Amino acid sequence: MDKLIVESTKDNLNKVLSFIDAKLEAIQCPMKAQMKIDVAVEEIFINIASYAYGNEVGNAEIILDINDSNTKATITFVDEGIPYNPLEKDDPDTTLSADERQIGGLGIFIVKKSMDSVEYKNQEGKNILTISYCWS
Amino acid sequence: MLNITNAKDGDKLIVELEGRLDTTTSPQLEENMSEQLGGVTQLTFDLAKLEYISSAGLRVLLSSQKTMNKQGEMIVKNVSEEVQEIFEVTGFSDIFTIQ
Repeated sequence: MDKLIVESTKDNLNKVLSFIDAKLEAIQCPMKAQMKIDVAVEEIFINIASYAYGNEVGNAEIILDINDSNTKATITFVDEGIPYNPLEKDDPDTTLSADERQIGGLGIFIVKKSMDSVEYKNQEGKNILTISYCWS
Repeated sequence: MLNITNAKDGDKLIVELEGRLDTTTSPQLEENMSEQLGGVTQLTFDLAKLEYISSAGLRVLLSSQKTMNKQGEMIVKNVSEEVQEIFEVTGFSDIFTIQ
């Protein structure tokens, strides 16, 4: 299990993705799976950076766990910001035309659609969001 | 990292994207499009070398599509399998004209 703690600023996105990618590359995770995981990680981290602490900056903890057969990644995001369950957000209507579509609101939807599981809990005042994805 | 190459021919514009279109790089494309789109009636995004797209990137493509709906047409071409999957999940594959 690997852990990274960074300040919740958008500038740290590359640091977060490098942390995830280094590990996934080391176990030869297929590129396609890596991209899916990266997109999910980006969407969640940017949500934390944008909203978790209002206008303040706090910490975001990212824990990466790979299963024994190197086929599944489980990533947990912990912040101590405003309690917020992104899974309760309504899904955008993906059947609308370009002019009707809202710009935004897509991030968490992509995460829900592309990961095998997405779970949220609030524990001891912390937001804990866990995603997992299996590539074989 | 994102490289943007604009090829303009009269009122036609081809924008080639290379690299990653994410939260960090999408403001670059947003700025590029607001500078380039004036008077364009046919916009083509060539995504052959685009390796990665997140919702921040989709947002810029959607906003270009909305602009082009008013002044002409937009085509997206050479979409990789990975990017296509994101388009499909989000319903963007129905919005864009993909070639």
